[in-house]
Amino acid sequence: MAKEKPGTLQIKSFADHHVITQPNPLRKVLLRVPESDLDDPVGRAEKALAGLSGEFKSWMTIEADRLSAAHAVVLRDGFTIDNREELFRAAHDIKGDAATFGFPSAGAAAESLCRIIEHAPDLHLVPAELITHHINAIQAIVRERTKLDTAVMASKLSKQLRGVADEFLLKVNRDRPEHLEAILAPSIVPAE
Amino acid sequence: MYRIDFNKLRFLICDDNPHMRRILRTLLHSFGAREVYEAEDGATALEMYSHYVPDIVITDWAMPIFDGLELAQMIRQPESKGNPYAPIIMLTGHSEKRRVTVARDAGVTEFLAKPISAKGLYQRILNVVASPRPFIKTKTYFGPDRRRNTNNAYIGPERRVGGEMEVMQQPSLLDKARSNI
Repeated sequence: MAKEKPGTLQIKSFADHHVITQPNPLRKVLLRVPESDLDDPVGRAEKALAGLSGEFKSWMTIEADRLSAAHAVVLRDGFTIDNREELFRAAHDIKGDAATFGFPSAGAAAESLCRIIEHAPDLHLVPAELITHHINAIQAIVRERTKLDTAVMASKLSKQLRGVADEFLLKVNRDRPEHLEAILAPSIVPAE
Repeated sequence: MYRIDFNKLRFLICDDNPHMRRILRTLLHSFGAREVYEAEDGATALEMYSHYVPDIVITDWAMPIFDGLELAQMIRQPESKGNPYAPIIMLTGHSEKRRVTVARDAGVTEFLAKPISAKGLYQRILNVVASPRPFIKTKTYFGPDRRRNTNNAYIGPERRVGGEMEVMQQPSLLDKARSNI
């Protein structure tokens, strides 16, 4: 598509590095348009995304069920490298997708679970209920979302879980400064 | 005022989650892109990268076996036969600052934390189209210039040695194009 022929690189060498520049290979896709141009690609994309929203509940149910399945394997076989990875990935996907799907509190609870998996020094020593409560909360938030009065409760629930998880993580990481720093660092994503 | 002609851009998206791939595809098609290729893991993405030669790569981070970080590192091989300069946008659920630094050091061009939004994605694409950064090659790094700001007072261990070229002017197209959002 918008390709620049090779051989147009300019390389300037310095004592410990090279600076490589080339004419912008994508410049030709920038079009000058009049100020009166009414095209709105972002608005168009937002409408298209809204058009998908009818599927979000079923997608979220699939994601939550995947998380529960991963948790069931952990309960059955304990934490192995593979089990841990699958539980983390399932929670991590919910953390990233849930707000887009209209379930921000499920995303917050999933983030709290990700932090436990990532920062607990030994997952075998994490109270089993702490993980189970996160999984159950995510399932409940997804299941009950259609009830109008559940949004506030879901938010409160995910915040309480995060509070308990953080308290646990601060305690078990008190001698691990690099983890403490990561746990206490603010997220680059605005809170729910 | 500037606008991106999306139908001249070829995208490669890499995410193991089919729902996120669907959302990305929907957004890109709505922007006007016609050529959007999809991979569900890093290894397939690398193969498709060589085959389709995309203009822009959008990749997730956490994927089984071969993740987005490794994909970025594989693409940023200065001696490779493929194009090591393509912009890479990392779209990820990771939201910690240290992750941004790790992604940047792997040669990622832009970082976009989930939840995804049409505006956030458009702006990252606009950044890479309108304001490409020079590439830097050192003993330990090959990728887009990691400096977004000039800090002449910096005296840390990774200060580059070199003189005038340490201050690099960026094209002003981005500001002009931003006025279109």
